[in-house]
Amino acid sequence: MSNDVLILGGGVGGTIVANLVAKEVGDRARVTLVDATGTHVYQPGFLYVAVGQQHASAIQRAESALLRDGVKLIIDTATFVDTKARKVVLKSGHTLRYDELLFATGSRTVMGEVPGGLAAHDFYTLEGAERLWRTLKDFTGGTIVIGVAGIPYKCPPAPVEFAFLLDDYLRARGIRDKSEIKLLSPLNRAFTIEATSKLVQPILAERGIELTGFFNVESVDPSAKTVTSLEGETFEYDLLVLVPPHRGQKVIERSGLGDERGWVPVDKNTLQHLNFPDVWAIGDTTNIPISKSGSVAHYEATVAAAEILAAVKGEAPPAHVYDGKVMCFLETGKGHATTIRFDYDHPPVSPTPSRLWHWAKVLFNKTYWHTVPQGRLP
Amino acid sequence: MSITIAMTLDLKGLSCPLPIIKTAKAMKELAPGQLLEALATDPGSVSDFKAWSKATRNPLLESAEDAGVFRFVLQKKEA
Repeated sequence: MSNDVLILGGGVGGTIVANLVAKEVGDRARVTLVDATGTHVYQPGFLYVAVGQQHASAIQRAESALLRDGVKLIIDTATFVDTKARKVVLKSGHTLRYDELLFATGSRTVMGEVPGGLAAHDFYTLEGAERLWRTLKDFTGGTIVIGVAGIPYKCPPAPVEFAFLLDDYLRARGIRDKSEIKLLSPLNRAFTIEATSKLVQPILAERGIELTGFFNVESVDPSAKTVTSLEGETFEYDLLVLVPPHRGQKVIERSGLGDERGWVPVDKNTLQHLNFPDVWAIGDTTNIPISKSGSVAHYEATVAAAEILAAVKGEAPPAHVYDGKVMCFLETGKGHATTIRFDYDHPPVSPTPSRLWHWAKVLFNKTYWHTVPQGRLP
Repeated sequence: MSITIAMTLDLKGLSCPLPIIKTAKAMKELAPGQLLEALATDPGSVSDFKAWSKATRNPLLESAEDAGVFRFVLQKKEA
């Protein structure tokens, strides 16, 4: 009898796992990937869409074009997982059985959890990034406030990068002197990672970006145009850009497979569900205390694919496990960038920002479509 | 002034910056002068609690470690 490998989610992680498993598995298993939209979105591009450097069409492709022939793509949404019967119910009413199940369903943003928050802009969805760009184009000066309304969120350095790209944009428009940029951080530094914060804080100061620490956004008053923190501080804004609170997908909560925010509890090395050995999760979907980012999903995908292949073949789990590896680019404006690299055993390190890292990011963004989803980069 | 703890937060296993954010949320529930006890395992929380206390002017009355568990006692500032 043939085995069924079922993958939920056609983002970076799910696509790599589907392709790697399909490449190796032969006729021992069927590989099916379920994706809600059938469109693969390169989420790091949201930042560039928000400041008008990239068009939405440049950061999305049909998922079908990125999958190997051996993968069956179903455009639908999983609504319930029955782990006893090993079945997944879809929105269309169809049911799929599985022998190995992978959650690669990412995260969803819930700005509505912040009182008044829906009045804020964000760049955490493609629609949000496009709306922010439309507003920014007509901006003529004033106070732009950037804040964080929930932890954890995707790509921890993104608010800092947005501040730098915004500074570039306002300078190019000739309205920087009529504008203030205030960056509100949940901690007493630019973002969670201390070493990189130390590196970028002097650059923020040099660009006239005002950093305020320990400002955890609690509520927004759209009529007074103010934002207030848990710590009791209030700032006025003309344009407010918030990182929205994030949650896992509803199917996880509904199926009782996650924690109170819908994150799936997995072993931090094997990515296997702590209660169900035939279920794995990667990327934003997990509860592992590591960055929610595409690079994490990418590195985890190669591990999950090997684990699933071993399960299909009835072999012992592979020796290679996820070691907590993260690698991110961080744009610092004016055509410069740095990187952040770390894993479970090595603290983050960042080189001095340079043009080289900016061009490396540009190159990665361009070559992504031909390398990463196919599993061609390790 | 009473020395009883009004609220205890178990933040063990959480990593930066969750301990300090959960603490900031909980402190809002307390009346001025009341004490909050927080237990955490993230080593980064030692400097975070100290800095948060200084920035928000809620006194940090205790910061200690016992077998890998950090214990902090914060007092809600007077209004």
